[in-house]
Amino acid sequence: MTRKAAIVGGNRIPFARSNKKYARASNQDMLTATIDGLVARHGLAGEQVGEVVAGAVLKHARDFNLTREAVLGSQLSPTTPAYDVQQACGTGLEAAVLVANKIALGQIESGIAGGTDTTSDAPLAVNDDLRHVLIALNNAKTLPDRLKLLGRIRPGQLVPDQPRNVEPRTGLSMGEHAAQTAKVWEISRESQDELAVASHHALAAAYDRGFFDDLVTPFLGLTRDDNLRPDSTVEKLASLKPVFGKGEGATMTAANSTPLTDGASAVLLAIDEWAAERHLPVWAHLVDAQTAAVDYVHGGEGLLMAPAYAMPVMLARNGLTLQDFDRYEIHEAFASTVLSTMKAWEDPAFCKEKLGLDAPLGSIDRAKLNVNGSSLAAGHPFAATGGRIVASLAKMLHELGPGKRGLISICAAGGQGVVAILES
Amino acid sequence: MSDWYRDFANSGVGSTITKQLGLPRPVRLRRYTPGQPLLDGPALVGSAGEGRLRAEIESVLKEDGVTALSPVTADGATAAKVAAVVLDATGLTTPADLAAAHDFLAPAVKRLGTNGRVVVLGEVPGDAPTPTLAAARQALDGLVRSLAKELRAGATANLVYVPAGAEAAVPGPLRFFLSGRSAYVDGQTVTLSAADVPSGDGGATPLAGKVAVVTGAARGIGASIAEVLGRDGAHVVAVDVPAAGQALAQVANRVGGTALQLDITAPDAAQRLVEHLVERHGGADVVVHNAGITRDKLLVNMDAARWNSVLAVNLQAQLDLTQALLDAEGALKPGARVVAVSSQSGIAGNRGQTNYSASKAGVIGMVRSWAPTFAERGATINAVAPGFIVTEMTAKMPFGTREVGARLNSLNQGGLPVDVAEAIAWLAQPASAGVNGQVLRVCGQNLLGA
Repeated sequence: MTRKAAIVGGNRIPFARSNKKYARASNQDMLTATIDGLVARHGLAGEQVGEVVAGAVLKHARDFNLTREAVLGSQLSPTTPAYDVQQACGTGLEAAVLVANKIALGQIESGIAGGTDTTSDAPLAVNDDLRHVLIALNNAKTLPDRLKLLGRIRPGQLVPDQPRNVEPRTGLSMGEHAAQTAKVWEISRESQDELAVASHHALAAAYDRGFFDDLVTPFLGLTRDDNLRPDSTVEKLASLKPVFGKGEGATMTAANSTPLTDGASAVLLAIDEWAAERHLPVWAHLVDAQTAAVDYVHGGEGLLMAPAYAMPVMLARNGLTLQDFDRYEIHEAFASTVLSTMKAWEDPAFCKEKLGLDAPLGSIDRAKLNVNGSSLAAGHPFAATGGRIVASLAKMLHELGPGKRGLISICAAGGQGVVAILES
Repeated sequence: MSDWYRDFANSGVGSTITKQLGLPRPVRLRRYTPGQPLLDGPALVGSAGEGRLRAEIESVLKEDGVTALSPVTADGATAAKVAAVVLDATGLTTPADLAAAHDFLAPAVKRLGTNGRVVVLGEVPGDAPTPTLAAARQALDGLVRSLAKELRAGATANLVYVPAGAEAAVPGPLRFFLSGRSAYVDGQTVTLSAADVPSGDGGATPLAGKVAVVTGAARGIGASIAEVLGRDGAHVVAVDVPAAGQALAQVANRVGGTALQLDITAPDAAQRLVEHLVERHGGADVVVHNAGITRDKLLVNMDAARWNSVLAVNLQAQLDLTQALLDAEGALKPGARVVAVSSQSGIAGNRGQTNYSASKAGVIGMVRSWAPTFAERGATINAVAPGFIVTEMTAKMPFGTREVGARLNSLNQGGLPVDVAEAIAWLAQPASAGVNGQVLRVCGQNLLGA
């Protein structure tokens, strides 16, 4: 009999559009502030938790021990161990799964899972040619050797390598990949814009009713996600020009795709007894999780379609159908990703040929989907999205009452996906 | 936020100049730090008439290791300095008896050292059966207030009215007025009431095991209240609006407490606070209504938004939260303490602050009205009215306005947030059970509304 990890609470800082409010904040600054907010909310100052697991997708060399450094800078006890993980946009959810698994195995009683990412304070690397010369220079023993090497430096080598938001194996940006998938699944521009507008309205409403009062802690003067447009309308969005996909039939715009964003999130998990000792609520339990990967390079599958494959495996293992859930959180990397994934689950041919199912997984009640908004409105600091979703969904399920189920689906770069089940 | 003038007046050349020019000479006040003795020297204890509180006074001094001198054994006007003068005036029967108070105080006050303390204990005028007796008792109020204005070098004088049957309530207030905790409380009168008072002063952590809620805790006076309550042993639930969350989290972590982001004017604020306190903390022992805003304008120019927002935060929220806490099972623990932050403006009024002063005067009405209800539960509700307190807000005032505001009091300096916090932490103590329905000014005996 394994024990399920309880989700006790969460915290994140408001997400900020790239090069805005958090332009000068590092991954470590944001993760530390986020942990401190979590510590304050749950009265954990000076306490040791079992483990802190977090990560970042865009990392500086100095961030080699990012999570442990954040712990040392935080109000947690310095005797709290920590390690980094990285699974692209799946990082945050994967971190929660790792913490939950150790809790389930009895290896720790409590833990914090998180993620942080900045696209403003992104690492610039010395370009490879120059780096090779500099390393050789460092190793050279004689002055003539050194002078010779210095003579090999060319102006072009002084241009730093910029991090690029592209898949290394295809050279295509994630948006271009998503546009291909949108075309395959014939996702209309209107349906994407509608999803984006719904996300903004839902997130704004959730803020207004105080839903995020115990989920978000302001940072550097930002009190709400600055990508949020409460007055967004389908008409306004219809006027935007597509930015991904080419020519006729391009549907993906800056509004129905997530912008580059900075931010961090954290989730507090524990065994029920640990929570009870501290009079902390158990919002939900992390029941199960599944990852999958697709061959988007040669296999003809879309880059962001892996969650579609992970889902039936996890549902079968738990004896559940896609309709057995009260809330669905499908990460809005792009509106078209959410819609393509749902369409795939409804498609008999896809479910039979790709997923090996006798019948399609079926459709999702849209009234239960991303009810408090998702990444299109909040933004998507890659590694921070998982923590945002886990904490929000756990609180939603807690509000609905005991025995309610929630489903999470997050797509990630490299053709990967992570799905998970929470239950209150 | 250092007091440059005070530092100058205490420097070698500054001391000479200010003395010769007859300028105010503020001293560095003796503020409480953990482990500090009650007094730094002996105390002179005397009575006017047949006082009935000598035993209480002497036992407090004895427990705290203070030598109690009586005037009879004191060797004349040249005798060494004393740290405090305590007069038991509960034996007054006629105004003529006041001469005995004068006879004791005049030589005693001459011996009072820097940051000295004068505490006078009397009977409650309102309880007097005859006009003569009431006059004699009320006379103490004028005597103490004037003496407070005459004292120099950080010394204070305060009056405690003790009704019959409230003797057990004396030690807590007496300790407060003698100690560094009351550094900026001067010329005040507190009237005790009979109550079940636990014995002992609680040592270094009088609030150990208590859960204390502080609204508006993210900065300024609220942050200081959280720190002092935490220092005294309480688990602090620091509350502030969600927008102040980053600073709030820092305060909560600094005092080892918890942060609760809550807009206290939201329709469901009271319900959310009650649920949080009951679920997370098993109820609250101490509630400090500190959250407050200003939206200054002359009355004729004030719009509805300014008026309504100030009244909503400063007064209505205090009423709503307190009522909800009283109504909800287990939200307030037995012997709970509620302290509401009022203001000097609520007593004296202030140009441009009709809304603020209305709200802060309203707070005074609230605590007085609720005091009997709280007494029935063995609980108390009091108000603290800060005077000129040096904060980030006052640092932004024009130099002249700020300096005049800071000097117009008997201690010739502005108070610090910690002074307000100390008064609140004292009211929160179990030993303050006999202090109920009171309004304590923390103003250095400010001339406004005095």
